[in-house]
Amino acid sequence: MLMRDFLTLTGSSLIAHRMRSFLTTLGIAVGIAAVMLLTSIGEGIHQFVLAEFTQFGTTIVSVSPGRTTTHGGSTGMFGTVRPLTIEDAEALKRLPYARAVVPVVQGNAEVEAGNRRRRTNVYGVGAQMPEAFRMDISSGRFLPADDPTAPRAFAVLGSQLREELFGSRNPLGQRIGIGGNRYRIIGVMASKGTVLGFDLDDTVYIPAARALELFNRESLFEIDVMYEEGVSADRVVAGIKKTLMARHGREDFTITTQEQMLDVLGSILNILTVAVGAIGGISLLVGAIGIVTIMTIAVNERTNEIGLLRAIGARRGQVLGLFLGEAVVLAAAGGLAGLILGVGTAQLLHLLLPALPVHTPWLFVFVAEAVAVVIGLAAGVLPARRAAGLDPVEALRAE
Amino acid sequence: MISLEQIHRDFQVGDQVVHALDDINLDISAGEYVSIMGPSGSGKSTLLNLIGLLDRATAGHYLLNGEDVTTLSDVEQAATRNRRIGFVFQSFHLVPRLSAAGNVELPLILAGMPAAERKARVAQTLQALNLTDRAHHKPDQLSGGQRQRVAIARATVTEPAVVLADEPTGNLDHKSGGDVINILESLNQRGITLMVVTHDAEIGDRATRRIKMRDGRIESDTQADADR
Repeated sequence: MLMRDFLTLTGSSLIAHRMRSFLTTLGIAVGIAAVMLLTSIGEGIHQFVLAEFTQFGTTIVSVSPGRTTTHGGSTGMFGTVRPLTIEDAEALKRLPYARAVVPVVQGNAEVEAGNRRRRTNVYGVGAQMPEAFRMDISSGRFLPADDPTAPRAFAVLGSQLREELFGSRNPLGQRIGIGGNRYRIIGVMASKGTVLGFDLDDTVYIPAARALELFNRESLFEIDVMYEEGVSADRVVAGIKKTLMARHGREDFTITTQEQMLDVLGSILNILTVAVGAIGGISLLVGAIGIVTIMTIAVNERTNEIGLLRAIGARRGQVLGLFLGEAVVLAAAGGLAGLILGVGTAQLLHLLLPALPVHTPWLFVFVAEAVAVVIGLAAGVLPARRAAGLDPVEALRAE
Repeated sequence: MISLEQIHRDFQVGDQVVHALDDINLDISAGEYVSIMGPSGSGKSTLLNLIGLLDRATAGHYLLNGEDVTTLSDVEQAATRNRRIGFVFQSFHLVPRLSAAGNVELPLILAGMPAAERKARVAQTLQALNLTDRAHHKPDQLSGGQRQRVAIARATVTEPAVVLADEPTGNLDHKSGGDVINILESLNQRGITLMVVTHDAEIGDRATRRIKMRDGRIESDTQADADR
C-alpha cells in the first residue's frame, strides 16, 4: 500500500467519526498540555535559580578556612586552623590563570554620614571585586589597588545605602564614619538587587585589611578566585591547594568550586522538573486509555470491514497497520494540540504573573511529541492486533 | 483451474466436531459457470470461502491453476485473493464512509497500484457497470441493486480469474436480483469463472453446472444441456 493511500484511508475513518476522534485527541492534548505546562514552569524555575547563582560568573572557586571533613581523635594542637590571610590572597594572585582574587570579610557595623546613621552590611573586599563578581559601578571608581596590607581608608557605597545616607546629594568625596573610623567615599555601585536573600545594595565596601581590623578578626571569611574561562576547575583547585599547602604546611582550608555547587543544584532542580512532569504524565495516561477504548470500539464496529479488507486481499500486517495508524494519528494530533495548548498557557501565565519564570526547551517539545506518538502506538497495539487476528470468515459474518 | 482433492473442513462446536466439508473432490475448469445449492448448513458457503482462500482446509489439497495453495502463507494467500479472486457478498460489504469509486478502488490501493493507473481502471470498471454517474455517491445514497453493482465492480476491478458470489441476490428484490445475475453472467461470457452459491433454484438452474450439497458432501453435480 502506498503511504499516501494509507494516510487517506486512516484519515477517512477518523473524519467519519469526527466527534469521538476530537474527544480522544482532546484527552491526549490535555495530557501533553499538562506535561508541557508543568515542565515549562519547572524548567523556568531551574533556569531562574541557576541564573541567580551564576550571575557572579561560573568560573569562581572559593577558599574558606578550616576543613569541613570530620577527623577522628582529639583535634588538639594539630587541629588548630591557621587563618586565611591577606597574604594568602596575594599568593593566589600569582597563580597563572587567576584573573581576579578577592579576599572577603563580612560584618555589620554602624555607618554615619553627617547626622544620619544606619546599621548595615560591611564587606571588606579586594580591588578586583567588580571584575570577579561582574558588578558595575554607577559613579566614581571602585577601591584602588593599594598595598593590600595597608590600604587607604576609602569606601564604596551600595546604591541603596547611598540613597539612605545622602538622598539626592552627591556622595563622592564625602566622609563617612564606619564603626568609628573615618572613610572617604570614592564610588557608588550600580544596583544589583537582592541575591538569594542577601541585599547587595544596602552595603558598604571597604578594603579587606581595614575590615579585619574593624571586626577584630584574624582570618578572612573566604578568598574568591575567578579563573580564566576554558581552564578546568580541577587545575585551578590543584593550583590553589599547592600554593596554600606550601604556606600553611597542611590542608586546613576548604575549596568549593562553582561547578560543584551548580552540579548539585542542577540535579536537584532536574528532579523537580521530572517530578512535576510525572504528575502531568498521569493525565497523559488517562488520555492513552481513551485511545485504547475508542480503538477497541472501532475494531468491534468495523469487524465486517476488516473481514472485507481481508477478502479483497489485505494482509494481516496491513490491517494491523491501518488500526495502529489511526491510533498514532489520534495521539500525534493530540500531541500537537497539547503542545500549542501547554506552551501557550505557560506563556500566558508568564504574561499574567511575570514573577513566574517559564521556559520551554525545544528538546521538551520534540520529546513530548515523540512520547505522544509512542503512546499512540502502545495504546493501538492491542486493538490493532485483535483486528489483524480476526478470522476473515467470522469477521464477514459478524453483525 | 480449481481442483479440490479430498478436502475436509471440521469445526469444533462445543465438544462436538462438525464436518462442514466431508471429503470433497471437485474440478472446475476455467470459464465455467457453476451454481452451488443446498439447504443451510450443507457446507456450500464453507466451500466457497475455502475456494476463495478465506478459509483453510483441515485436510486435503487445493490446487489453483496447478499450484498447491493449501500451504501458502497468509501473505501469499492475501496476494492471491487480491489478484485472482473476486468476492460478491449477500450483504454487499461496502465501506460506508467511502464513495462508490473509493470502494471499487480499495483492492487496487491494497495492491499498491499508483493513483493515476487506479483512477483509469476504476472509471473503466464503473462505466462497464453503468455506475459512472454514481461514482461519488456514498453507499447509503445508493439502492440495493446499485450497491451490489458497486460490489461487483470492486470484485472485478483487479481482473480476477474467478468471481465467487455468495447469495448475491439474497438482499435484493426480484428485478434488481435479475439484473445482478445478468451482470454476473455477462462476466462469465467474457471468460471469468463464475461460482454462485444460492438457495434459489431459479437462479441455480441458470448455471451450466449445478452442484447440490447436503451435510458437507456433494450430492449431485450435473451439467446442463448445452442449450446456451
